[in-house]
Amino acid sequence: MNSPTPQFVPSRLGIYEPIHQIGIWGENFKSNGNPNTSTSVIVEVDNKLENESETTSHEMLTASNNYKQEASKPIDKIQRRLAQNREAARKSRLRKKAYVQQLENSRLKLIQLEQELQRARQQGLYMGGVLEGSHIGFSGTVNSGIAAFEMEYGRWVDVQHRQICELRTALNAHISDIELRILVESGIGHYFELFRMKSTVAKADVFYVISGVWKTSAERFFSWIGGFRPSELLKVLVPQLDPLTEQQILEVCNLKQSCQQAEDALSQGMEKLQETVSSTVAGGPVDEVSYIPQVATAMEKLEALVSFVNQADHLRQETLQQMSRILTTRQAARGLLALGEYFHRLRALSTLWATRPPEPSLP
Amino acid sequence: MEKVTSLASEKGVVLFSKSSCCMCYAVKILFQELRVTPMVHEIDQDPEGWEMEKALKRLGCNGPVPAIFIGGKLVGSTNEVMSLHLSGGLLPMLKPYQTLC
Repeated sequence: MNSPTPQFVPSRLGIYEPIHQIGIWGENFKSNGNPNTSTSVIVEVDNKLENESETTSHEMLTASNNYKQEASKPIDKIQRRLAQNREAARKSRLRKKAYVQQLENSRLKLIQLEQELQRARQQGLYMGGVLEGSHIGFSGTVNSGIAAFEMEYGRWVDVQHRQICELRTALNAHISDIELRILVESGIGHYFELFRMKSTVAKADVFYVISGVWKTSAERFFSWIGGFRPSELLKVLVPQLDPLTEQQILEVCNLKQSCQQAEDALSQGMEKLQETVSSTVAGGPVDEVSYIPQVATAMEKLEALVSFVNQADHLRQETLQQMSRILTTRQAARGLLALGEYFHRLRALSTLWATRPPEPSLP
Repeated sequence: MEKVTSLASEKGVVLFSKSSCCMCYAVKILFQELRVTPMVHEIDQDPEGWEMEKALKRLGCNGPVPAIFIGGKLVGSTNEVMSLHLSGGLLPMLKPYQTLC
């Protein structure tokens, strides 16, 4: 009975806890050299047991009765220890949760910093792009899709410039319609090539395409979902195409209207997407440290942006195709020249604006 | 598949959509501008939505939404509708179903 070997008592939780109290009590007996005191302790303990209230569980009472030296005190100690364990475990879980949240926030911060770095690099690229034709690829760019596009676009602008000069020469030289048709086809094909390039880079980074950072500043001023408005294109072309037949006027008029309607529909779809992303990001309690669920959901919704960019380019492509169908070869050649020249002038405007002399300071 | 084809023939202009899809919203706006009220089925709110999605994909709609049927026949997705509209072919198809207002 005095042995210090741990015995087990079923606790209220059904967990069997070792009773070291036996040892303690054993020690008390050992340390107390006075037999009288020991006896009185036992007596006291026995009295306590008899006065045990019904609040103690049946198992506890049974076990306690088995070990007469243990009174209600060791059971209290067990309960206290259990409560302490629970508290410690709870605190540990809270600490772990806080640590994980900290890690997640750091990860997000890292992603943000990387994006800012990429943006800064692109800004550096843009400054180079102000000078017409010098779209130099930046080998250190984080996104290789963007670097590839930058280089290809630089070449595209150069080819565009060459094609415009060829068209101008051809129209003035009054070459045959068949030869002119070849120039028209390659001109239209060149725009289609741009849409293909944009589709590829949109998959890599749709924000890059939409921002229009790859274009000059004046071009960007007119940007609509990553490019020019089809209806704007028609406004630039049509005055250059006189004289048009009655049939052609009607068809161009219909094309203008359907273009406008399609643009409106896409614009409203884009607005809806903005609303959706905005409310997702803004949702949830702001006094919580973690905003990961909101941002993660917003990521999914942003996927739709790629289809809008693609659809806008599809509209541009269809508009060019329809104009090519409606017009004669010669008119189409004049139209392409007008369009190409328009963008060339916008780029020149950008350069001029960027290099204008500083405002004289007032005396 | 049967559900899709039977729903597609229920009305002159039928649009399969998802309530969360913004491109579907754009197509709805276009029809509104053309004075047409399509019968809209939000497949993300349909208990058989997953089967309908598979059926639409099998019919060639990669989205699978928006999917537009006119006169019970599949016209296609946004691409096809836009091409048709710019070429002037959409309005004649919609004429019988346009409201007068």
